[in-house]
Amino acid sequence: MAANAPSKMTKAPRTAMPEQDPKVRARNFEEVALGYTAEMALAEAKRCLQCKKPACRKGCPVEIDIPGFIKQITAGDLDEAYAVLRQTNSLPAVCGRVCPQETQCEGSCIVGKKGEPVAIGRLERFVADTHLAKTACETVTGGPACAMPHDDLKVACIGSGPSSLTCAGYLAARGIPVTVFEALHEVGGVLVYGIPEFRLPKAVVRQEVEAMKALGVEFRTNWVGGKTITVPELLESGYSAVFIGVGAGLPRFLGVPGENLIGVFSANEYLTRVNLGRAYKFPATDTPTFPAKHVVVFGGGNVAMDAARTAMRLGADKVSLAYRRTEHEMPCRREELHHAKEEGLDILCLNAPVEFIGDETGRLKQIVLQRMELGEPDESGRCTPVACQGDTCTLTADMAIVAVGTGANPLISQTTPGLETYRRGYIVADPATGETSIPNVFAGGDIVTGAATVISAMGAGRRAAKAIADRLLGGATAATPPDNAAEDSADA
Amino acid sequence: MPSRILRKRKLIPGMTSELVIEAPHIAAKALPGNFVILRVWEDGERIPLTIADADKEAGTITLVYLVMGKTTAHLETLDAGDDIQDLCGPLGRATEIHKVDGPVICVGGGTGIAAMHHIAKGHHMAGNRVVTIIGARCEDLLLFRDELCSFCPEVLIATNDGSCGRQGLVTDLLVEMLENDKTVAEVVAVGPVPMMRAVAEATRPFGVKTTVSLNSIMVDGIGMCGACRVSVGGETRFACVDGPEFDGHAVDFGELGARLTAFKDQERLSYEEFKSHGCKCSK
Ligand SMILES: Cc1cc2nc3c(=O)[nH]c(=O)nc-3n(C[C@H](O)[C@H](O)[C@H](O)COP(=O)(O)OP(=O)(O)OC[C@H]3O[C@@H](n4cnc5c(N)ncnc54)[C@H](O)[C@@H]3O)c2cc1C
Ligand SMILES: Cc1cc2nc3c(=O)[nH]c(=O)nc-3n(C[C@H](O)[C@H](O)[C@H](O)COP(=O)(O)OP(=O)(O)OC[C@H]3O[C@@H](n4cnc5c(N)ncnc54)[C@H](O)[C@@H]3O)c2cc1C
Ligand code: SF4
Ligand code: SF4
Ligand code: FES
Repeated sequence: MAANAPSKMTKAPRTAMPEQDPKVRARNFEEVALGYTAEMALAEAKRCLQCKKPACRKGCPVEIDIPGFIKQITAGDLDEAYAVLRQTNSLPAVCGRVCPQETQCEGSCIVGKKGEPVAIGRLERFVADTHLAKTACETVTGGPACAMPHDDLKVACIGSGPSSLTCAGYLAARGIPVTVFEALHEVGGVLVYGIPEFRLPKAVVRQEVEAMKALGVEFRTNWVGGKTITVPELLESGYSAVFIGVGAGLPRFLGVPGENLIGVFSANEYLTRVNLGRAYKFPATDTPTFPAKHVVVFGGGNVAMDAARTAMRLGADKVSLAYRRTEHEMPCRREELHHAKEEGLDILCLNAPVEFIGDETGRLKQIVLQRMELGEPDESGRCTPVACQGDTCTLTADMAIVAVGTGANPLISQTTPGLETYRRGYIVADPATGETSIPNVFAGGDIVTGAATVISAMGAGRRAAKAIADRLLGGATAATPPDNAAEDSADA
Repeated sequence: MPSRILRKRKLIPGMTSELVIEAPHIAAKALPGNFVILRVWEDGERIPLTIADADKEAGTITLVYLVMGKTTAHLETLDAGDDIQDLCGPLGRATEIHKVDGPVICVGGGTGIAAMHHIAKGHHMAGNRVVTIIGARCEDLLLFRDELCSFCPEVLIATNDGSCGRQGLVTDLLVEMLENDKTVAEVVAVGPVPMMRAVAEATRPFGVKTTVSLNSIMVDGIGMCGACRVSVGGETRFACVDGPEFDGHAVDFGELGARLTAFKDQERLSYEEFKSHGCKCSK
């Protein structure tokens, strides 16, 4: 395959993704990136060199057989392409959209050394979307048998983000009944309450969840682990194993004066109101959000970008993003930064908040910013921002959104005696199996690693599911269905 | 999984009702001080309501609400046999109840009387001597009087117009009690923000432990959004997971009162739409 006249192929430019016009989309919640047509996908697939030792695969936390699925696109067999994806990834329609490909698969692609890498994420999305366009029934009948051969067993997953969904899907596919307990009224974790519609349509998540229901996974919403039911109670009531995938939801604030003024929101609150509460349709829906003219968002990650782009769509006159370092250090996906700038986001680099100032009714009216400069690199290799003494400025703002990271929610650890956590509350789990300090209790995703990525949470869910299945079925899982042997190096 | 309303009792017609709801998994765990978050319909807002009572055997919880805006008005259109779309709980920290030597005074105002009832009952069950003080504008608006009288020998009443009990405020009765009885172990207050603030100010000179139950705006109720944040002793705390009960002497009531007005324009709009179009769901 690699003999496929590669030199000629690599000259072909990367196939552009059709997108909504920035001016139009900056005011709506429709998906920004429209997806490849079959012709575009074929053209892009042909750019892949079908490497014998594919570097791209090492860059993917779940080691998808990337040349394998791309080869099936060129061969015109999209069902087979989907089957290859599903061997290691249970939410390909999601990952194709939200993975930071530039630092993962595409960042390692050999074609990218001299030119632009193969658009692996876009191809993954194309294959998954084509597949999802079929009925859920077909989705399922194409998969393993639905009947639960091991109905004497049951496993509980707490939380319904990508880690739990992956864990549940893996176990259900092996005939082990799974119940997913979710605290909110909708299933999907950050995929539904955090990442906005214009980047990841909720219908995509819902379809993946429906496919899981058809596999026999039971979902219980409005069940709070540690409150409605605790981990010890789950074990006592007959669950053979428990997987904890509750994410890192505790919002961090800045700790500067005026932070509790009306108009200062955590990104979690703002995005939850808009996404989970569908506040963008208010008053047709009941959850309100805050109408604001001048919005300032603090942070430089995906969460900050999503909040800023949401505020634009809800009609702000001006949205600025203040970040302590420079664009180069922003941890967000490059595509999001690019899209946000196209849509008119004003970026204030090297600025940190000093104070929020309110009016006499307690509403935000101004924000004082401190100019920063880059100092020495810290242990993560990023330069530490240092304040330029005396250099401040004051902005007019009626809304501020704080997106400077999250911490571990203590609900589960407080109510699970014997569950070991790190100092900051993250759960201690064996990197290979996800097992915690309590036998048969596993954990994975952001509640173990701190805020990370969808695909790394999925990798953790999968590793734990494998360990659970091995334990419950006595290592009898190897045959059904095929598994990617080289999966264990994942996210760590 | 919707939850079924088994019984409805109109306590103050058009204003306040009591619902008994089938929710065995919540009833099994509910303790005084806990609350639920509910949504009435599929595009509804999540709102917190205190668990006013729970019956483990029957598998039911009791909620009492005051019609304030869209969601509570929508709830008021439901009846026995109807379902509530989403019901999540029990949330929040339970009231800290220990056996104490002196009396515990439980003060309730308006709809807060219902919420206070569960706490008073908890203290009673723990063997504490409970005195309750309840207040409203007039006798017709006094809630849960019979329920309180059923276990609490001392139920003191204050009404603004003097139509029942003492004419005046609950704090008048409270101050008298504190002056006459130096052994009071704790004061608990549940009600509107100005009332809780007044209670905290009234007890401060006596140095009596004062617990208030804060009703900040909430979204998720499990500590993930920070909407419910309040300043207590100069620190930011989340009412849904760190509370809702806090030391009344340390709470910044001014900030709480202001934050409750954050969405007032949108709340008015939503309520007016609802009143002019009626229920937007299919029923
Ligand atoms: C706005 C935003 C944008 C992002 N963008 C990207 C992106 O573009 N690409 C990317 O790779 N990553 C992105 N991320 C990060 C990614 O979404 C997370 O790393 C990933 O979702 C973590 O998955 P998880 O399974 O650990 O938990 P989560 O997705 O956080 O899900 C946890 C679930 O558990 C529930 N829960 C919490 N406590 C309890 C409890 N006590 N009982 C029951 N249920 C509970 C929560 O309600 C939630 O539904 C983004 C995150 C955010 C917030
Ligand atoms: C822990 C907790 C327990 C509660 N228990 C009860 C209870 O047992 N019974 C009961 O009647 N109410 C209770 N509340 C208050 C109740 O949640 C609100 O009245 C309700 O959210 C109003 O919703 P709405 O859509 O009908 O009105 P909205 O349109 O949301 O509000 C109408 C008016 O109420 C004010 N308001 C909004 N949210 C709140 C709030 N959380 N608290 C007080 N005022 C608010 C607004 O400023 C506005 O003026 C509790 C609140 C909390 C946080
Ligand atoms: S799952 Fe993510 S990292 Fe892996 S191939 Fe797909 S887009 Fe790339
Ligand atoms: S590294 Fe690039 S060219 Fe090679 S197989 Fe992977 S996607 Fe294809
Ligand atoms: S309601 Fe969201 S943190 Fe308390």
